[in-house]
Amino acid sequence: MNELARRYGLSLSLTFAALTAFWLLALVILPNITLFESSFRPYLPLREVGGPKDVYSVSNYLTFFESPIHIKVFFQTVIYSSIVTLLCFALAYPLAYFLAKVANIKSVPTLFLLLLIPLWVSEILRSFAWFIILSLKGPLSAVLIGLNIIDKPVHWMWGLGGYSGVLIGLVYTYVLFMLFPLYSSMQSLDTNQIEAARDLGSKWWQIHWRVIVPHAKPGIASGCVTVFMLSAGSVIVPTLLASPGSRWFTEVIQQWMFEALDWNTGSAYAFLLLLLCIIFVTLMMRLFKVGLADIAK
Amino acid sequence: MSAGVELSDVSMDFGPFRAVDHADVSVKPGEFFSFLGPSGCGKTTILRMISGFMEPTEGSIKIGGQDMRGIDPNRRPTVLIFQNLALFPLMPVWENIAFGLEVRGVNKRIRRGKAEELLNLVDLPGAADKAISQLSGGQKQRVAIARALAVEPKVMLLDEPLSALDLKLRQHMRAELRAIQKRTNVTFIYITHDQGEALAMSDRVAVMSQGKIQQVDIPQEIYNNPVNGFVASFVGENNVFTGELLRAGKFKTASGTFDVTAGQGVTKSAPSKLYVRPEHCHLAKKAKAGCNSIAAEVVDVAFEGNFINVRARDATGKNLLVESRNDTATPPPEPGTKMFFVFDSAKAVVLADRTDIAPDLAA
Repeated sequence: MNELARRYGLSLSLTFAALTAFWLLALVILPNITLFESSFRPYLPLREVGGPKDVYSVSNYLTFFESPIHIKVFFQTVIYSSIVTLLCFALAYPLAYFLAKVANIKSVPTLFLLLLIPLWVSEILRSFAWFIILSLKGPLSAVLIGLNIIDKPVHWMWGLGGYSGVLIGLVYTYVLFMLFPLYSSMQSLDTNQIEAARDLGSKWWQIHWRVIVPHAKPGIASGCVTVFMLSAGSVIVPTLLASPGSRWFTEVIQQWMFEALDWNTGSAYAFLLLLLCIIFVTLMMRLFKVGLADIAK
Repeated sequence: MSAGVELSDVSMDFGPFRAVDHADVSVKPGEFFSFLGPSGCGKTTILRMISGFMEPTEGSIKIGGQDMRGIDPNRRPTVLIFQNLALFPLMPVWENIAFGLEVRGVNKRIRRGKAEELLNLVDLPGAADKAISQLSGGQKQRVAIARALAVEPKVMLLDEPLSALDLKLRQHMRAELRAIQKRTNVTFIYITHDQGEALAMSDRVAVMSQGKIQQVDIPQEIYNNPVNGFVASFVGENNVFTGELLRAGKFKTASGTFDVTAGQGVTKSAPSKLYVRPEHCHLAKKAKAGCNSIAAEVVDVAFEGNFINVRARDATGKNLLVESRNDTATPPPEPGTKMFFVFDSAKAVVLADRTDIAPDLAA
């Protein structure tokens, strides 16, 4: 704080600190506490709120465990978010390696700019664009028919258990959240280590397995956690690029809140999603022996 | 076990910049060979070409008689020890050492045994399970050497591996490296800018400047008979006089005209300088007949125990260095004393400035 005040002056520092505190308190912590509190209260007509029926219970949470469909949707969300995470990793790893260790250092800023330009367009517009590209009589089908690769239009969003559209959309939207932590963790690796491994007789995959991946593990973990959480919590992409067979847990929450107008059960579901995602991520981190501190690096 | 390395007419260009220019060297099997030169002289490029991280633009490199062009670093019988050692920080010591065996598919028990055997060889027993971060600079050095020896290279390439150590440890490691080289009989090619290191450890030394090899010889010859001005001034101290060669044996400088010995390839027309080592000079009360003498005044005296270093100045303001052994009987001269700076014509060598054309190296 002293350092901040010395650099930017006291009034400016205080303003920034106050704005940050406001954002954290009023826009993050308080709404969450409100929702958390209401998730334990029953959904009641307005005049009964605060009345004798308005008591705390876990019945909203039990609703989830009594609904096999919702449980199934939840696990599908976890599984497909994991698949999105894996696909993002598979795409981002070689690209991050290329940018960090192969590409000419002078061209890296340009390449990053090219990668970032799609982010200038909002997520909704990008999802709509994919919706158009992938739709039954959309440009992708038209081009492939024109090239004689397929002979009739394909439901691109209906494949892979009905989740192909959602997978494509989520991978496209979140792949950069995998790329950046991977890039920065790989960039900090001394190139001599790669050369030393090669000089000692390693084949290329042995270099990755024994030297680069272990070094980049914190970046891999933080990329995976970010992509997984963002995917599991995404609403727009799974809604827009859905097929008749795909459902996403956030859509269930949305239905409780905006269709059933039952914010209490909706909140309970939202906290279940948060809780179960945290458990899932913790388990994965245990499995791959990564600490929270590594991710924060 | 060991193999010779032959560089035939090797050149390396980076764009318009020629980093190595027509290098021709033959390193014998089992030899401790050093490339000595200032930074940017191309010595590291030579090492990277031998190890296979770069291919020469022209010329050929043979190891053990086999042409290495197109052969990847992981398939060459060489191991490079990096300047920063490049140990793997996430692996314990023994896995570092056994890494080369691991990637060759050797089983774990044998790897572990080999690692411990090598730790004994480099005098670091019991360190197998330590983390790299727990080791001191000298210990890391030894682990790097053990890691390189584990793959039984025919040629070991060392890129200034001692430069990060403090002076005491560096001197100790010199002796150690030399001993390990003798014990294993692997060809060592050593890169350094430290002339003391090169002279003390090597069987032969190649002195480099601006991409060209200036002189290849045993350490004594490099020091005693440098072939040109660059080698003379890079290796060891010198009193250097600019001037011109009048005729054979006479060199005219601002401080006087001296009787000299002309070095190889020195002609009247080519620019040249006069070099006299401080230990070949002495200070005397009177000018000495048959020797070159310059009237000079003692400026400062550094008593270093075994040696006494005196700086004197002549009438033109030129600094003259004298190094003499401490014979305990003669007290060092007082600053301000007027004396004569005396040197023998046999030890005063005129050498050509040119370093662009190396004199005949075979001679």
